[in-house]
Amino acid sequence: MKRELLKFLIFAAILLCIPFLFKAGYLLNVLVFVGIHTMLAVGLNLLLGYAGQISLGHAAFFGLGAYISGILTATYAVNSWLAMMIAAIVVGIMAFVIGFPILKLKGHYLAMATLGLGIIIYITFNELVEVTGGPSGLSGIPNLSLGPLIFDSDQKNYFLIWIFTLATMLLSINLANSRIGRALRAIHDSEVAARVMGVNVRLLKVQIFTLSAAISAIAGSLYAHTMTFISPASFGFNFSIELLTMVVIGGLGSIYGSFLGAALLTLLPELLRAFQDYDIVIYGLLLILMTMFMPGGLVRGFPAILAVISSKKPERGKESA
Amino acid sequence: MQFSEQLIQYLLSGLSTGAIYALIGFGFAIIYNTTSIINFAQGEFVMLGGMLSVYFLSKLNFPLPLAILAAIPLATAGGAIFERLAIRPLKRATHLNLVIITIGGSILIRGLAMLIWGKDTHAMPTFSGDEPLNLAGATILPQHLWIFGITLLLIIGNKLFFNYSIAGKAMRACACNRKAASLVGIDVRRMVLYSFIISSAMGSMAGIIIAPLTMTSYDVGIMLGLKGFCAAIIGGMSSGFGTVIGGLLLGVLESLGAGLISSGYKDAIAFIILLLILFIRPQGLFKKVETERV
Repeated sequence: MKRELLKFLIFAAILLCIPFLFKAGYLLNVLVFVGIHTMLAVGLNLLLGYAGQISLGHAAFFGLGAYISGILTATYAVNSWLAMMIAAIVVGIMAFVIGFPILKLKGHYLAMATLGLGIIIYITFNELVEVTGGPSGLSGIPNLSLGPLIFDSDQKNYFLIWIFTLATMLLSINLANSRIGRALRAIHDSEVAARVMGVNVRLLKVQIFTLSAAISAIAGSLYAHTMTFISPASFGFNFSIELLTMVVIGGLGSIYGSFLGAALLTLLPELLRAFQDYDIVIYGLLLILMTMFMPGGLVRGFPAILAVISSKKPERGKESA
Repeated sequence: MQFSEQLIQYLLSGLSTGAIYALIGFGFAIIYNTTSIINFAQGEFVMLGGMLSVYFLSKLNFPLPLAILAAIPLATAGGAIFERLAIRPLKRATHLNLVIITIGGSILIRGLAMLIWGKDTHAMPTFSGDEPLNLAGATILPQHLWIFGITLLLIIGNKLFFNYSIAGKAMRACACNRKAASLVGIDVRRMVLYSFIISSAMGSMAGIIIAPLTMTSYDVGIMLGLKGFCAAIIGGMSSGFGTVIGGLLLGVLESLGAGLISSGYKDAIAFIILLLILFIRPQGLFKKVETERV
């Protein structure tokens, strides 16, 4: 546990030093998004990587967090921090209630149900024009502030977002190494065996779903307050898929993997922008190739490749741990 | 128009889109049953069917039947190539990785379609004119009849293939138990290839017959694919009667909901139905409950 903590502290220190290296500008702005995406990926990873429950609708929880926060602050002038808390609580309660019937499903049925839920919520964002502003979006969301400190620049937002993201990562690492984390992994391997060992499988699955949704909602709220403008397009089916891809490409059940996946999938489109319309083709191709050649994700794939290079003897068919 | 006439109208258009969903759902079920993969790229073959036909028609000036006959094999070849390059090389991939690969494939195919044909929506002429026919007080387009006819033929052909041909029986054996199938001499890998070929062929035909009614563009595959998946889930992932009923049910309820409640929520209605069915009968409408094998 001490080594885990040390690893985390080094990771956190490196990330918090970055703004002092690149004063401002485009890269810092992209890194703010890496932070938000990492938070979302870590939240989804708790559900998918640890408990083994798929969700293809997580963008909807992210969107709900953003819209609840945005509407409360922009339309009703509620304090931003209070709005963020309300968003997290409301989305958490929603996920808890819907979690019981939805998590009874397994495999592709669960995938389809979460996907359906995501699409229903996405359509609601588009159609409730009086409340959400419809397809043209909701603007005028205030920046978060702490006394005289207003988070209105990339640099300030960087620290704001990454403090939340690092806190989420620390929470998740602790959770994964706790009794609950072990129970979750037991559910992943065999629900029946977990139940036999005295794990309340049904409740635990719903609880982790709730936590995962609440984390997404907070990320959504942070997104709304840093962007100050939101529209339904950011919370559709494609984004749910992108989140799933971040978790899988990074490495299931690895918190740092989620960071790697989120960083890669956020930076990649920026790098590919030079290729203009070809970017989506390259993106699809990379997705296929990476899943084919690094099935365990980046976090397991890199060490395996390094080992192969250093030993100069490619070992075929050997699982990398 | 009287209310009852209106109702018949909604019913008719619902049944015809429902038939399309059923055809797409068949594709999902056939691949799932031989490989236990959910092929998220299924919708893209539906798109390819429609877009290729439009391309042959308007750019190369093929006559309609020839354009269709050229489009189907090409879209099917796309399915076969996808299986060869992305699915077959993976022997020990997890389900989730396979899902990601099919998603990657769908992004890739959609991206290529966008590069080749642009982002515009294209219209396709109907197969035999736009003169509406009168049927029991409601009007029906000849294209609806084409849809019903072709869907019926494809379903019957599908049934005959799986029940009476050697390849069809072998594919069903793979669905039951892959290891046992390979022990009795069935080339499982070839059956997987066949399942992709049949699915993409059926998908592309679905895309072609619906295109004259709804227009087509590079991104129609997403929603059509998801609705087809819905139909297959409602039918319990079988490539039979269940999926047909699932598709028709989905199409009709969606069309009634859009007509009587709100057209903006049309797609939401389909997914609400899906969620309700999953909550009440998680194993699909027509399947018996299976106990989990530990």
